[in-house]
Amino acid sequence: MTIARWTRRTLWLGLAAASLAASPAFAQKTKLTVYTALENDQLGPFKKAFEADNPTIEIAWVRDSTGVVAAKLMAEKDNPRADIIWGLAASNVGLMAAQGMLEPYTPPGAKELKPLFLSGKTPDTWIGMDAYTSLVCFNTAEADKAKKPKPVSWMDLTKPDYKDSIVMPNPASSGTGYLTVAAWLHVMGEEAGWNFMDALHQNIAQYIHSGSAPCVQAAKGERMIGIGLDTRGASEKTKGAPLDLIVPKEGLGWELEATAIVKGTKNPEAAKKLADWAATRKANELYADTYPIVALAGVAKTPPNYPVDIEKAMVKIDVEWMAKNRDRILAEWTKRYDGKSAPKAK
Amino acid sequence: MSLVLAASAVRASREDLAMRAGVVALVAILLLIVGLPLWSLLVKGFQDVDGHFVGLANYRAYFASPALFNSALNSFDVAALSTTIVVPLAFLYAYGLTRTTMPLRWLFQGISLIPIFAPSLLPGIALIYLFGTQGFFKALVGGQIYGMKGIVIAQVFYCFPHAVLIMTTALRTADARLYEAADALRASKLRIFLTVTLPGAKYGVVSAAMVVFTLVITDFGVAKVIGGNFNVLATDVYKQVIGQQNFSMGAVVGMVLLAPAALAFVVDRLVQRKQVALLTARAVPLVPRPSPGRDAFFTLFCTVIAIGILAILGMAAWGSLIKYWPYNLSLTWENYDFEKFDANGWESFGNSVRMAVGAAIFGTALTFVGAWLTEKTRGFGAVRGLVQLLAFLPMAVPGLVLGLGYIFFFNAHGNPLNFLYATMAILVINSVAHFYTVGHLTAATALKQIDPEFEAVSASLKVPVWRTFLRVTVPICLPAILDIAIYLFVNAMTTVSSVIFLYAPDTKLASVAALNIEEAGTTAAAAALCLVIVATSAAVKVLHLLADRFLLDRLQAWRRR
Repeated sequence: MTIARWTRRTLWLGLAAASLAASPAFAQKTKLTVYTALENDQLGPFKKAFEADNPTIEIAWVRDSTGVVAAKLMAEKDNPRADIIWGLAASNVGLMAAQGMLEPYTPPGAKELKPLFLSGKTPDTWIGMDAYTSLVCFNTAEADKAKKPKPVSWMDLTKPDYKDSIVMPNPASSGTGYLTVAAWLHVMGEEAGWNFMDALHQNIAQYIHSGSAPCVQAAKGERMIGIGLDTRGASEKTKGAPLDLIVPKEGLGWELEATAIVKGTKNPEAAKKLADWAATRKANELYADTYPIVALAGVAKTPPNYPVDIEKAMVKIDVEWMAKNRDRILAEWTKRYDGKSAPKAK
Repeated sequence: MSLVLAASAVRASREDLAMRAGVVALVAILLLIVGLPLWSLLVKGFQDVDGHFVGLANYRAYFASPALFNSALNSFDVAALSTTIVVPLAFLYAYGLTRTTMPLRWLFQGISLIPIFAPSLLPGIALIYLFGTQGFFKALVGGQIYGMKGIVIAQVFYCFPHAVLIMTTALRTADARLYEAADALRASKLRIFLTVTLPGAKYGVVSAAMVVFTLVITDFGVAKVIGGNFNVLATDVYKQVIGQQNFSMGAVVGMVLLAPAALAFVVDRLVQRKQVALLTARAVPLVPRPSPGRDAFFTLFCTVIAIGILAILGMAAWGSLIKYWPYNLSLTWENYDFEKFDANGWESFGNSVRMAVGAAIFGTALTFVGAWLTEKTRGFGAVRGLVQLLAFLPMAVPGLVLGLGYIFFFNAHGNPLNFLYATMAILVINSVAHFYTVGHLTAATALKQIDPEFEAVSASLKVPVWRTFLRVTVPICLPAILDIAIYLFVNAMTTVSSVIFLYAPDTKLASVAALNIEEAGTTAAAAALCLVIVATSAAVKVLHLLADRFLLDRLQAWRRR
């Protein structure tokens, strides 16, 4: 009995001593709370690579879909919990900048980046990382079965061939949906753009509340054609989906993912270290594992199953115009297409 | 003599005071976990995006758009149709479980609960595999599951257990003497059913209908996955809050959604006024006797329902093993290797279990003691009414609204409860608040059936009221108490809409992980994680059934003759 107790006591003492000895090393680590909408499988490699270069900082992720993370950041506005945003749509981050929620900071690596990927303010309110586009995911297996031709332009999608076969994100609930619609209006002009959408509406089976779901539905043969997030289409194809990623000849709507320091962070130094790192070549090479277009010129790596030269297809659209006209476009869109319970009788 | 009377009157009133203090404390707790968080979001409906007061401008803008009327009508249609289907089915099912001697009742009871063991993602996935474009049975639904049809099928599946749970409680307790008297008077079976059974279960039936109706109105998960272009109020909230981060308009729609709850509250009060105690102190518990025809009918009926439930679960189980739906149907265990799909993998599953256990323990204590205080406190009507109202609120609130309200309230500058934010505790509190209503209704239904004479006799014997509570009320209500605990546990395991705003880096939950995995396109792995959640809840339920049997043997011996 006493021996057992003695043993136990020495064990405890030993443990206490060990933890005392170890604690200074732990105490020095800064825990950095990072809000992100990056893909789940990116989190591990990103964290590992950053922490290897910055051993005193530990990343704690809060990761969810773009809408949820943006809503959470806005709701926490008066008492921010995030130290830094790493990987959230630039249109959302831009709105936060306009509301004074961000700490402007230009990392040294920023001057190497393509101008499109900078906020344009001095110092920068946010720094772009990569770009994604909204393209056409075309299920070749289902199309062969139904003997339907492959579309090559947005206009092709209005052909009666594709009646009830197209899904796209609802712009009122998905950022990807909005950038798609905004790009159409920008490229075609307002009137022609709305006429195009009127015609397209006849072929739409569903406006989905998600930017990634349309290409997934197309990949699984739920629908023949999905208009939506390119990365998802490519990854589904890699997994074995009979999918063609089509870049319509009129061009693609796009969105940037951005890094930005949250105003009021308790760890400004660590946050700056991450912002610095996020603009390095090493970071950009990591982005290139998932995205075809990254901020740094000359990163010649493309994820598998992407269409070539997707960067050239990005439409020349003014990001500020997109932000300013958002409410007006969504109201018009909702009036035209969302007010009815179903687009047409079956 | 008069001295003794006076003394007992003083003591009784002191007890009354203590119980009234309890009711006040309950109001305070409910205000903190339901009322104030909700208010801190709903108040945004009167502000513009920059936080300036704008009066009813947002409401005017919203009511001016044709979309509102359309969504409201759709919501009402779907909720009314689902309720009309679920309530009779659940009543018959509950009747079979409590009032017949059909075999395997324990198994049927277990199966009826499966839908609440599952995150709402699971029926969504299973229905698409069954009835979607590539589904096996798509001909059955006319080739198109997306839309109202899909929502109603999924809602019936999802709401069924809620209704069965409430009606089992309502039907479980009955006075055999009433039936003996009716038999002696040679009343027909139908007449007995209409004049004895139905009135006794009325409160349960109405509660179940109200719960199903409001559940359907507020749920956005099902509508989002399988609703197609069928707009409902709950998806309108989603569009405003998640799609556009417009909290002002989200708050407006959230406020509109409270209307059905207000209606439910009024109906509940009206019915409640007429409910009489079923289990009087002299009551003889009803023990169903065998009746071959009736038992055969209910066995068949319950089997059909059970097969329907198992088919949906089975489809999800098979789906979780498929390599790539629908082009590569070969089977694999890979989808259960969650580390591959979510960095937190099994860790989030552990978090879910911890949260669910916490919610079950604290939530059961709060709902049962709360319902008891509300039912048994004499006088004090206005404050008790306030409790009822606060208890009804959570059910009427979409999780999105409650979750955001929690951010605004608990993360506000100067809130002394700020330390709770981003902890496991706030997840537990949020779950208890979110699922308070059904627990409260179950407890109230059970308590209403106990004759107040028990308390009266105890009081005249000068037994303190808390002792009556512990020695009489709790043992009688033990089945209901365990039901509430299980209900809270399984709902906490599956909830997404509210906690999605509240988890911190180290408290990510399995249900949220499943949603994220599904969004990443890995449907099979999402189905797999859903099934792990189902299996966990089912295991807990089996333990509950064993405990129930053991405890029933010891504590419920009085139910037998």
